Amino acid sequence: MDFFESIAQSFIKTFITDDRWLQLLSGLGVTILITLVAAAIGIVLGFLIAMVRSTYDMQLQGRKCSKPSDYILKVLNFICNFYITIIRGTPVVIQLMIMYFIVFASSRDGIIAAFISFGMNSAAYVAEIVRSGIMSIDKGQFEASRSIGFDYKNTMIYIIIPQAFKNILPALGNEFIVLVKETSVAGYVALQDLTYVGNMIRSRTYEAFFPLITVALIYLIIVLILSFLLKRLERRLRNSDH
Amino acid sequence: MKKILSAVLAVAMLCTCVLMFTACGGNNSSAASDASSKTEAKELHMATNAAFEPYEYKEGGEVVGIDADIANAICEKLGCKLVIDDMDFDAIITAVTSGKADFGMAGMTITDERKQSVDFTDPYTNAVQVIIVNEKDSPVASADDLKGKSIGVQMGTTGDIYVTDIEGAKVERFNKGADAVLALTQGKVDAVVIDNQPAKAFVAQNPGTKILDDPFENEEYAICLKKGSELTEQFNKALKELKDDGTIDTIIKKYISE
Repeated sequence: MDFFESIAQSFIKTFITDDRWLQLLSGLGVTILITLVAAAIGIVLGFLIAMVRSTYDMQLQGRKCSKPSDYILKVLNFICNFYITIIRGTPVVIQLMIMYFIVFASSRDGIIAAFISFGMNSAAYVAEIVRSGIMSIDKGQFEASRSIGFDYKNTMIYIIIPQAFKNILPALGNEFIVLVKETSVAGYVALQDLTYVGNMIRSRTYEAFFPLITVALIYLIIVLILSFLLKRLERRLRNSDH
Repeated sequence: MKKILSAVLAVAMLCTCVLMFTACGGNNSSAASDASSKTEAKELHMATNAAFEPYEYKEGGEVVGIDADIANAICEKLGCKLVIDDMDFDAIITAVTSGKADFGMAGMTITDERKQSVDFTDPYTNAVQVIIVNEKDSPVASADDLKGKSIGVQMGTTGDIYVTDIEGAKVERFNKGADAVLALTQGKVDAVVIDNQPAKAFVAQNPGTKILDDPFENEEYAICLKKGSELTEQFNKALKELKDDGTIDTIIKKYISE
């Protein structure tokens, strides 16, 4: 067979036969859906954990508990610490399998397990990123804010978080880029994400080149778009610097 | 772009050619292979997926089973040393076509689709695809009931390929047959389609599941080799000898007691 003819044939096998390009497209949809939901869970949950952790760090660390709320904070901080240790200490694919086969053993829908396990995984990393942002703001900002009458909550919302957010944006972007690629293990629980579709095409055509390169390129394009948007946001936030 | 692509492909092809020549090529009379045969027995790499009891599975880190034993017998006849590479089932044919492995043996059924990519030896045994369901309240009682149901399979197996053609069926493809059966016991899928022998092993380990009496599909297992490989003929010869002297029957009986 002619060299170019064989390339054309494997191209057709990979994309045209059985409408495989449509399967790739739906795989892309699943990947994006999992990423978006997991990112949303990650941000909300991660933010809450970071609040607990940084409040503890600023108010209670190295001090004795004096009022009942201190004890609650201490317990909450312990739980959050424990959570982060477990999540960061185990591979996401194992967490996903635990979710699918153990926690959601009676549920038919694998995608819920994926939303929650990727979301919970991301939350642990987001939490530490957000905490680093909050801790990076000078203590003087706190003191100044409190002395002009802001309470702790409003100091956080209006003074600390906006500044912290700008600092952590690159790290946060990093986390979401990692998240996009981490979802590629969703196939372990029979979810038809992009990597899964690529593998399936490979198992039908016995061709490695086009399916793998295509899947790699699609991930690359997602990440390129994501980094472009993040860069825009970063520039936008920097406008207020002057 | 085309130029780069063709250059990359050319390099890849060159590599596979080199690999092909360095691999055990049997009775090559060239000076190079004579020199290497003097030093030690050549290695033959077998690609398999060791999660397919009783054809191939792991026992204490070693891959054993019917296929492993037959492969060993063949290699003995050819005077080569057998090296077994364990990988995902759907990677086996790619490994063979790309020259990473000399042959693939993993309870692999001869199909027209696969024949386009690799050569098959003569079949060494027959097998059937069966349907596993839950004993209680299963919505699936025969192969016809699979329409519109969710069916668990191992990705890239013949079960997967057949089931994909079923009308309205939701196919859940797992990396391992055992995961598909686990999903069945948890009610995530309605049925699992898989080869008969591993199905028996799965059902034995999962009370509450059963194999449906009517088989889903009959098929033949064979060894796959790179297209045009000169090993195919030697393998066929060895297989015939092993069949004639009863070695293959003995091996299969060792693992499968009916």
